[in-house]
Amino acid sequence: MNAIAASLGARASRLGRRILTRPRIDLPLAIALTLLALAGLTVLYSASNLDTHMVVGQAARFVIGAVLLLVVSRIPPHLLRTWTPWFYALGLLLLVAVKILGEGQGAHRWLDIGVFKFQPSELMKLAMPMMVAWYLHPRPVPPRWRDLAVTGILIALPAVLIVKQPDLGTALLVVVSGVFVWFLAGLQWWRIGAALVALVAAAPVAWHFMHDYQRQRIVTFLHPEQDPLGSGWHILQSMIAVGSGGIFGKGFDRGTQSKLEFLPEHTTDFIFAVVGEEFGLVGVLILLALYLFIVGRCLWIAANARDPWSRMVAGALGLAFMVYVIVNGGMISGLLPVVGVPLPLVSYGGTSAITLLVGFGVVMSIHAHRKWTV
Amino acid sequence: MNDPRNLPDEHANRSRFGRRALAGFALMLVLALVVAGRFVFLQVYEHAEYSTRAQANSVRIKHLPPPRGLIYDREGKLLADNVPAFRLDVIPDKVKHMDAMLRRLSAVVPLTPDDIRRFKQSLKQHRPFESVPLKFRLTESERDRFATDQWQFPGVSVTSYLTRNYPYGEEFADVVGYVGRIDEKEQARLNPDLYAGTTHIGKTGIEKEYESLLHGTPGYELVEVNADQRPIRVLQQVPAKPGKNLYLTIDQRLQAATIKAFDGRPGAAVAIDPRNGAVLALVTVPSYDPNLFVNGISQADYSALLDNPEHPLYNRAIRGGDPPGSTVKPFLALGGLELGLRTPSTTVLSTGTWHIPGSPAGARGYRDDQRYGAGNVDLAQAITQSVNTYFYSLAYKMGIGRFDKWMSKFGFGRPTGIDLPDETGGVLPSPEWKRKTFHRPWYVGETVIAGIGQGYWMVTPLQMAHALATLAGGGLAHTPHLLAATSDGLGQQKTPYPQPLPVQITHNPADIAAVQKGMLGVVYNPLGTAYRADLGKGFPYLIAGKTGTAERYSRTTDAYNTDTNLKYLASRHRAWFICYAPANHPQIAIAVVLEHGAWGGTAAAPIARKMLDQWLADTPPSERPPVTLTASTRQPTQAATPAPAAVAQ
Repeated sequence: MNAIAASLGARASRLGRRILTRPRIDLPLAIALTLLALAGLTVLYSASNLDTHMVVGQAARFVIGAVLLLVVSRIPPHLLRTWTPWFYALGLLLLVAVKILGEGQGAHRWLDIGVFKFQPSELMKLAMPMMVAWYLHPRPVPPRWRDLAVTGILIALPAVLIVKQPDLGTALLVVVSGVFVWFLAGLQWWRIGAALVALVAAAPVAWHFMHDYQRQRIVTFLHPEQDPLGSGWHILQSMIAVGSGGIFGKGFDRGTQSKLEFLPEHTTDFIFAVVGEEFGLVGVLILLALYLFIVGRCLWIAANARDPWSRMVAGALGLAFMVYVIVNGGMISGLLPVVGVPLPLVSYGGTSAITLLVGFGVVMSIHAHRKWTV
Repeated sequence: MNDPRNLPDEHANRSRFGRRALAGFALMLVLALVVAGRFVFLQVYEHAEYSTRAQANSVRIKHLPPPRGLIYDREGKLLADNVPAFRLDVIPDKVKHMDAMLRRLSAVVPLTPDDIRRFKQSLKQHRPFESVPLKFRLTESERDRFATDQWQFPGVSVTSYLTRNYPYGEEFADVVGYVGRIDEKEQARLNPDLYAGTTHIGKTGIEKEYESLLHGTPGYELVEVNADQRPIRVLQQVPAKPGKNLYLTIDQRLQAATIKAFDGRPGAAVAIDPRNGAVLALVTVPSYDPNLFVNGISQADYSALLDNPEHPLYNRAIRGGDPPGSTVKPFLALGGLELGLRTPSTTVLSTGTWHIPGSPAGARGYRDDQRYGAGNVDLAQAITQSVNTYFYSLAYKMGIGRFDKWMSKFGFGRPTGIDLPDETGGVLPSPEWKRKTFHRPWYVGETVIAGIGQGYWMVTPLQMAHALATLAGGGLAHTPHLLAATSDGLGQQKTPYPQPLPVQITHNPADIAAVQKGMLGVVYNPLGTAYRADLGKGFPYLIAGKTGTAERYSRTTDAYNTDTNLKYLASRHRAWFICYAPANHPQIAIAVVLEHGAWGGTAAAPIARKMLDQWLADTPPSERPPVTLTASTRQPTQAATPAPAAVAQ
């Protein structure tokens, strides 16, 4: 009897020790993400007018994301890499499904799976860099023209589907995350320069193809005062909210602009303005620093990864993550036109938070399988 | 698989990647600094300006509720109007201590406990920055007093608005109905975009039935206001679209004359034009003042209405159910003709009591009104003298199945479909109904008494008028309706309101003529049950009518008693009178019921005559048929009862 109890106890402690001593998570990154999530919940609580229902919902999503993160982090990167094409195909399929079955205000972006709404384009933000990296993984770097062409198609395919939703903002971000993989793969500088020049030259052509409201957004962005009630409304109100916050902000739950419904979308895309109004410049800088830390950590993990795929994926995910922050922050402060990009892990919304956390799970897995230090 | 060329370059790849990673991070850092710099610009350098703008300037959406459509009678008299008034509004967000503020405010403007109670309820339905009405219809002095003290009450303001007014008050309460403040249940099911800024909604009558027509579409204004909520300028305006104006079929003069004829005695009357189903009058006595309900009736007033033993809130015209009594006899007679059970000349012997054929000696007998009967009577005489025996036997022969089938054609047993909410359908007793309601079988004796309109049978005055209008209209049943036409604004074109198609339920003009002969006898024949009321005296057209005395069916004794001398039975009598005129080209069909009446002839018929007089006065000769009765022929005797030449089509 005692012998059986003793052996069971020994097994339990061995298991526990194994989980604790062979963690698949990178502690600094995990801590930073947790801090970010908590900060996000706090701001959301205020922005939603103390709606506990909303905060609990978002926290539940974080928990789901965290569980997925832990699960994914235990999957070795080479397996993830092998599964990548299937993941990418699934993403494409869902994008097509959204075109046929989707719903949403004026745009087809969501799939209603009964229990919750799901945005396939968010999934693509994760699947696409993985796919491009998968293709470039066995190939020589820097990538040759042929490789660029093939991966260009891989990037363009989902991007076009997303643009047609219509969701220009997300499509651009998906393209950007693919481009980051090129960049990290060693795309030559002169090619980068040439591409930029081509982009500038293509701007008038792009203008021609834009929808009316997209053009309007750009015009309004340049002159928000001209249309204070139409599309300039968001920008002006956001800047007023942020500016009136000052250095130290008005205090938690004291944001008048966001509270009195002057600022639309203040729990989603414009939540950064609530941060600015209630926590001031100090709050904004702390948040930016936190984001920068997360990105830096991702890049460090990437640099220490074992194989090209891992390096490219970890790096691209990190850089893309920061781009979301930059774009959202720029939008809030009037530097960029309103493009409907949420603030990662702070804006209310499930698909974005969960897919980001899954992405970080991939990064954690890459970290757990880093190169052996000699 | 890794390209073998790469293996030796693994180290180089790594360092290249490292450089790229660093470059990427540097780029992000720079961009983050740019964004941070922008925030610094907004929050440090421009802080003062944005602060001011946040506090001092705000844009508010002001909803412009649509003006409610007006309601007119058929001659264009205004029955429901919007008049300007002032009310007190409160923005809860701006009031620090609500109860204390209300206490201080009631010293300036009197606030009743009802006002405060309703205000607190409304608070729940609005968001904190929306204005909530506190007190409606401020008097001028209240307005002035508040104006001087307004600075003491931040968040409270006086707003002008349009309030609903009913110039004819009690006269039209049962037709037009009233509007009242929107309550929580209604708020939940209303479209918030359509009802933004609207405080009232139709609660009863036409106001409720045609709410969607009367309401209109709201507009809005984007107004820039300063910190005191004072508008600086209007940035954009989309005007509201007013509701449609309604033109009813009711004639106010007839309505008023009818109410006057009742002289306060409880009852109801409905007048319908048989040619198209237009309702010319719909009266319930006593009634109530709908203006009391518009802004919330006080507890005291409401209790007074509820406790009134005559039940003024009960719309007898469309809900009151009473047995129809003898008024059903013309319809039953017509049924007998149509089914071939009788001809106009078939006679039946009335001896004062009738027994079901084949019933044992000593079985229950069914009584006539005349103690020893009326002798041999044909169809017309049976109607004229209201001989029960004729109809007992007819109903018995028909059987309850055919009886119900025939009577339901005239609309008995179901609502008429008039455009008013809350109409009831009465009861047309049948074996199925009795089994479902009482779980008892049908007795043949109940068929017999149904023949004289007694028993479980219940009708509303509207149903009676509708059935009569169908008969008078030659068997063409129109759905009774109150709305004649709508228009989009003052002086605009009137658009007739589409009505359902009429249904022809019987085709035989000769049969109807035979029945009409009996109904003319009721009025003009010395043996007619309404003769003593002198109904036809001085009226230039022939009136066809029928009296009825309904006995409230006694559940305890399972019997009825026509002996009206007993005082306790008198209180349960309902006196009916139905008539239409002119008999040859009917233009108006009337049903009158009087509670606590004795005999239908003497009590209810004079009211109908006064209604006919008013109809005559209101209808110009060009719209009436040529006068058929000269002074000498105005009181035809039994021998000279004219045979109607052209029967109503």
